[in-house]
Amino acid sequence: MTPAVITRDPIDTAALLDAAGDAANGAVTLFVGVVRDHNDDRPVTGMRYDAYEAMASDVLHEIVAEARTAMGEGTVLAVHRIGELAIGDVSVAIAAGAPHRAPTFDAARYVIEQIKLRLPVWKEEHYTDGAARWLPGQVPPMVQS
Amino acid sequence: MRIRFLLFALYRDLAGAEEFELALPDGATAGDAVSALRARGGGSERLPPRPVVAINRHYASLDDRLADNDELALLPPVAGG
Repeated sequence: MTPAVITRDPIDTAALLDAAGDAANGAVTLFVGVVRDHNDDRPVTGMRYDAYEAMASDVLHEIVAEARTAMGEGTVLAVHRIGELAIGDVSVAIAAGAPHRAPTFDAARYVIEQIKLRLPVWKEEHYTDGAARWLPGQVPPMVQS
Repeated sequence: MRIRFLLFALYRDLAGAEEFELALPDGATAGDAVSALRARGGGSERLPPRPVVAINRHYASLDDRLADNDELALLPPVAGG
């Protein structure tokens, strides 16, 4: 399985979990991000994810490689979905497998936090009243001037 | 030299297009390119004067110099996950 993927297709979390497993891995952590039905007390009907796809793929590969290096041994995989998503759809999934549990929690946490900081992806929330807005985001730390 | 601009999310909505091509003088920086794009009007003037940029898919500084056929992306604050 490719370790880092930007996709328009639904994310198969079971396949991701399976791919991070190994006879040597005593622990696998799976993080799943899901589109929720409200934000700031406002009812949400769905979300549109936009991305600079080519760069996002490169950056996600970098993030996963950093997490894998920090973990020392094992497997780290990440998939981010883009396009139109409905409530309950999985927007991002991260699986980390290693011989022991602690590094797998650290790796999954690292990947999701770095996605929030660096991945060139944006989301437009759609509301029950028909309105929509691009959500405010983070300025990547490497470009702050 | 010719520079290809890519715009995403809110910036695409503000400028009304996801792609532009502009001719710029040799030696122009990414910041010069953003200024030239904003000066075109048609909504582009609503783009921020100092956005986050990427040159050829790498985060870059507005002080970085561009080369012919570079791809300059203007990136709103990121919001993945």
